Amino acid sequence: MATISMTVNGKQVSGEAQGNTLLVEFLRQELKLTGTHVGCDTSQCGACVVHVNGESVKSCSVFASACDGGSVTTIEGMANDDGTLGVIQQAFQNEHGLQCGFCTPGMVMSIADMLKNNPQPTEAEIREGLKGNICRCTGYHNIVKAAQSAAATLAGAAQAAE
Amino acid sequence: MYNFDFTRPTDLSAAVDALRGDGAQALGGGQTLIPVLKQRLAAPTTLVDLSGIDSLKGIRRMGDMLVIGGGTTHGAVAASGDVAAAIPGLVQLTSKIGDPQVRNRGTIGGSLANNDPAACYPAAALALGATIETNQREIAAEDFFQGLYATCLEDGEVITAVKFPIPAASTYQKFEQPASRFSLTSVFLAKMQDGSVRVGVTGAGADGVFRHEGLEQALSSDFSASAVDGVSVSAEGMSNDLHATPEYRANLVKVMTKRAVEAVT
Repeated sequence: MATISMTVNGKQVSGEAQGNTLLVEFLRQELKLTGTHVGCDTSQCGACVVHVNGESVKSCSVFASACDGGSVTTIEGMANDDGTLGVIQQAFQNEHGLQCGFCTPGMVMSIADMLKNNPQPTEAEIREGLKGNICRCTGYHNIVKAAQSAAATLAGAAQAAE
Repeated sequence: MYNFDFTRPTDLSAAVDALRGDGAQALGGGQTLIPVLKQRLAAPTTLVDLSGIDSLKGIRRMGDMLVIGGGTTHGAVAASGDVAAAIPGLVQLTSKIGDPQVRNRGTIGGSLANNDPAACYPAAALALGATIETNQREIAAEDFFQGLYATCLEDGEVITAVKFPIPAASTYQKFEQPASRFSLTSVFLAKMQDGSVRVGVTGAGADGVFRHEGLEQALSSDFSASAVDGVSVSAEGMSNDLHATPEYRANLVKVMTKRAVEAVT
């Protein structure tokens, strides 16, 4: 066991990790941040997507120790400071972008990274960008609508700020 | 997954020292190795994570070569304006590997060292005649790949950079297996500065990545899709699995080569 430290959702945290402790295990079991889900544990489904140093990754396929000293954002870091839903989360609610909700944390994190790199994606780009996220309920249409709606809201907010 | 000691050195010499230990294994982006460890198909005693070594990362143009650091992620290559200007085929190739999250972790060095017979990068390295630079030597791509999951890398040898000659034109045409997103049969086509044409094929060969001489000769004398029609691509030596027969793969080699020619003309 080694003690590792990282910034998670803006807060400095430390915890114990073995060599083979995955980032998702560290987040869920050591830090009790259970919003990040384990769907497949084989890097297929994307329910475990978080951001490490600003890039989306599958936390079931990254070792916790590889993130020692780094910065991690999870779904718990996506709400507004007052606890209300963030823009992408609210878009999922508005567009009925979830049914069982199991895949939603990963979907939100993937869309956040996608919109950071490409603020006005086409529908095809959204579907391509969500290739690493599997949803077994919605058929994806409302998830795509949520991504489009979030992109429009964020673009409006950016314009208002100028 | 069995446990192991995890070390994340920040310079190459410390990593090479750590890799001298018994049962030590290098970790690139981990997008293949971590699933392999979970299945207990590998059981290193020490894992040496190369992702903290900044000198292994980056893309630079050196004269008529494009040099990509061994620890550079697929996402970084896909987003690079320098790569798009010099070798657009590499942008096409990297932007279709796995999914965005895999591309944010997976590295060129890891992909080449693993030499998966359906991986994309080996086709580009072979077609472009890349040079693989390690902490010990420089290796021509022709000598580097040695069959399924096999390379000439020795224990403790780390890919520090890959040097690609900049061709006159390049493209990567991928026919993917939709579930795994690996190549069922894909072709990297390069028209070199001297006019010669090189065709690297991945996903098809029972012995891994290969160049197709017949297609190269035909296209070097007549760079047109119809020139591909006259070439016979044998099913002998093509892999056979539940996704595709050798005959199907042989046909795909021609189809994807034609698409490649059309894409750059």
